[in-house]
Amino acid sequence: MKPRKQAIQPPHGVNRRAFMRRSTVAGGGLLLGLYLDGAGAQALVAAPASQTGTTAFKPNAFIRIDTDGVVTLVSKQPEIGQGIKTSLPMVIAEELEVDWKDVRIVQGDLDPIYGGQSAGGSTSTPNNYNQFLRLGATARTMLVQAAALVWQVPAQECVAAHSKVLHTPSQRALRYGELVAKAAGLPVPAAESVKLKDPANYTLLGQRIGGVDNHAVVTGGGLFGLDVQLPGMLFAVYDKCPAFGGKVVSANLDAIKALPGVRDAFVIEGTANLNGLMPGVAIVAESTWAAFSARKQLKVSWDEGPGVKESWDGFVAQARSLAKQSGSTTLRRDGDPEGAFAAASKTLEAAYSYPFISHASIEPQNCTAWWNGGTLEMWAPTQNPASGQNLVATTLGLPKDKVVVHITRSGGGFGRRLSADYMVEAAAIAQRAKAPVKLTWSREDDLRHDHYRPGGFHFLRGALNQGGQLSAWHNHFVTFANRVQRDGQSVLQPGSGASLSGDEFPGRWVSSCLLEQTPMECNIPMGPWRAPGSSVFAWVFHSFIDELAHAAGRDPLEFRLELLGNKDQMPGTGERGVAYNVARMRNVLTEVARKAQWGRKRFARGQGQGIAFHFSHRGYIAEVAEVTVSKAGELKVDRVVVVSDIGAQIVNLSGAENQVHGSVIDGLGTLMFAELDIQRGRIVQRNLSDYPMISMADSPTRIEVHFLKSDQPVTGLGEPALPPLAPAVCNAIFAATGVRVRQMPLSRVSLAWS
Amino acid sequence: MSHYALNINGVVRSVEAAPDTPLLWVLRDLLGLVGTKFGCGVGSCGACMVHLNGVPARACMTPVSTVGRKQVVTIEGLDAQGTHPLQTAWQELDVPQCGYCQSGQIMSAAALLKENPHPTDAEIDDAMSGNLCRCATYLRIRAGIHRAAEIAAKAKGST
Repeated sequence: MKPRKQAIQPPHGVNRRAFMRRSTVAGGGLLLGLYLDGAGAQALVAAPASQTGTTAFKPNAFIRIDTDGVVTLVSKQPEIGQGIKTSLPMVIAEELEVDWKDVRIVQGDLDPIYGGQSAGGSTSTPNNYNQFLRLGATARTMLVQAAALVWQVPAQECVAAHSKVLHTPSQRALRYGELVAKAAGLPVPAAESVKLKDPANYTLLGQRIGGVDNHAVVTGGGLFGLDVQLPGMLFAVYDKCPAFGGKVVSANLDAIKALPGVRDAFVIEGTANLNGLMPGVAIVAESTWAAFSARKQLKVSWDEGPGVKESWDGFVAQARSLAKQSGSTTLRRDGDPEGAFAAASKTLEAAYSYPFISHASIEPQNCTAWWNGGTLEMWAPTQNPASGQNLVATTLGLPKDKVVVHITRSGGGFGRRLSADYMVEAAAIAQRAKAPVKLTWSREDDLRHDHYRPGGFHFLRGALNQGGQLSAWHNHFVTFANRVQRDGQSVLQPGSGASLSGDEFPGRWVSSCLLEQTPMECNIPMGPWRAPGSSVFAWVFHSFIDELAHAAGRDPLEFRLELLGNKDQMPGTGERGVAYNVARMRNVLTEVARKAQWGRKRFARGQGQGIAFHFSHRGYIAEVAEVTVSKAGELKVDRVVVVSDIGAQIVNLSGAENQVHGSVIDGLGTLMFAELDIQRGRIVQRNLSDYPMISMADSPTRIEVHFLKSDQPVTGLGEPALPPLAPAVCNAIFAATGVRVRQMPLSRVSLAWS
Repeated sequence: MSHYALNINGVVRSVEAAPDTPLLWVLRDLLGLVGTKFGCGVGSCGACMVHLNGVPARACMTPVSTVGRKQVVTIEGLDAQGTHPLQTAWQELDVPQCGYCQSGQIMSAAALLKENPHPTDAEIDDAMSGNLCRCATYLRIRAGIHRAAEIAAKAKGST
């Protein structure tokens, strides 16, 4: 076999790992310093002692300036399409006063020197923003000091701008590249002597900056996990039981091993962890197609296990039956719910439901692993490399430092790649293969062995008093949980996003409120799906609030503003409660109504506006949708207006707008199409041909994106714009047609009107 | 295994492959041309779009034995300098999010623009209906096609 071209090349011929290692240990040795920011979050900043004799200035693990003036910045967070590989380095570059054209970005591997590296929960920006400002400012301060030393002038007379330090009184300038040797010899200044810029003077943050990998993307450069190619690499597939948790009884391994191009076939016993290494049969071959072809001949006898009795229809019936009882857990009880219902002038009841759905990133799960002399080296499209390393180390009994994880670009994440099942599968296969192995999941594997967004059932009651105000709210949420062993106990653990917080709006706002929850045990693996919980709770609650507003004969916006009330802050309940900044929500809600001309536009029958808001992932977002529904029930979303408050600064305006567009269309596609059926403990759908996804034609005609800046910390945008979309659209459908949607997806609901 | 001489991006490449091997895996595994992406394997997502004699084709549904002497163009060969109007427009408008589907999007769009240099929104929606973008960058893809049409028209006018 001829050695193949290495698809993933570090930029400028720099070996990325070597770059990182050099940047952390060479040049006189860097000491690792820790500091605490105001919020108490720990952050890592490398503090060099002395770097004399180096050819580059490396003030910390994230920044390297070479004598040619090229500034190399490490992107530590995984890039999954959220734009973090562009936006976080921009934060350093702003304070460093470097021209963006002089900046090169390299993806960091998993390494403790970078601190946390998980891209989940829209936390990459809020967890790193302040520290990244400081990283850049510290380096800039050192460059200014270096120039002042060269010129023998006070540092206060020098300013940094455009990759240069200027001495204004004498009109002299030195480029950063020229200051490398001097700056490398300086100690890192004390934190209090490093002055951050006034945000009013930002020149890069808030601008539209294109993604740093865009050129590679549009020319077909190898960036993604599936693009990894190593010399002598083999190709693997892994066949798991279609019914979740099933075990291998026997397989025709000898017949498979005799097939063309097949190197090996073997059973992996696996573990009982539904989100870990599931039992299955591995086939290792000389090409992806040889592995795929051999798999068609694979015959496995499965012990399908306890989950085989499960079906979606069965869960629907079980949920309806459970709804007649009290919930197994009371999440919140305020006031006198039953008294308030008895005294109500009007009460409403409604049942809302949504199915299990898949993440369906277009790049299927994959991982390349190489068991090489006691070290397992992995290349993974992962959102959480540390949890992947941990799962691999724990499952295979390896020390963590023997599991090296290179982070590749991910062809979509949406929460799927916070799980590491595909990583531990690749690792287990590689341990036996004695060569680098790329495990490729088929689309069918990806759809049928996802860690799904759980389905759910909400049985709601609402009461209106004589003033048309919401006087009581009752929700019994019937949800899904897996049985797990914890501290020697067998417990039911709700899936990600399958547990309701007692503080979820309108909890805390209604004087008489009862929130209950009952889990149904299932054997279906579940995991975080973009805005877990929020993505469905916002739809259910803002749809039912809309029902109540209409039942009260009131304007849906005015009803909501009254419900939010006049207080600016709503404290969280209990120790883990999260405070809700009501003022921020009122602002975005009022603004979205203004921008959308709420209540001031006239619509023909079949057209209408709907409104909703949601607080999640630290973001306050309100949306108005305008729809047209034909008499036959065909939906077109004409316009979506989004107003977001995600803090004091938009990092990359282009990326931020793109995230909002994506969230809106993802929310709409999920509402319109996404649905998995479950029969005999397995997913019925097989491929994208029976799991339809939204295309261009069904996307909203127009999406208007507005950001309200507030005097609040800078937060993330991968998730919070998604939750309000579905209720805004469904409320608009009601305004247009009188049809109230209480079931997802819309393909199950007739929107026809006459 | 059979021997094939394939014309790929203007160069004849020799490969040994089973006749039913999809062109997709020949490109990716045997030739190291990883710009053409695997998404579904059943022709539903469009991530593997290439041109066969100028016509868009799904590489995952194209057995290598059927390619013959047809000219295969992949994203790597769409433009020698990587400055096709679509590639320029995509960067100008910052179209990609994760970027995984974008080579397929660009290949479909390139075929559209060749046939119809100034498509309407509806014509774009129709031509691009076979290309899924899970990140849902659809509005920028549509704008990118319009922008590429402008760039191409300007270039034509100036020559």
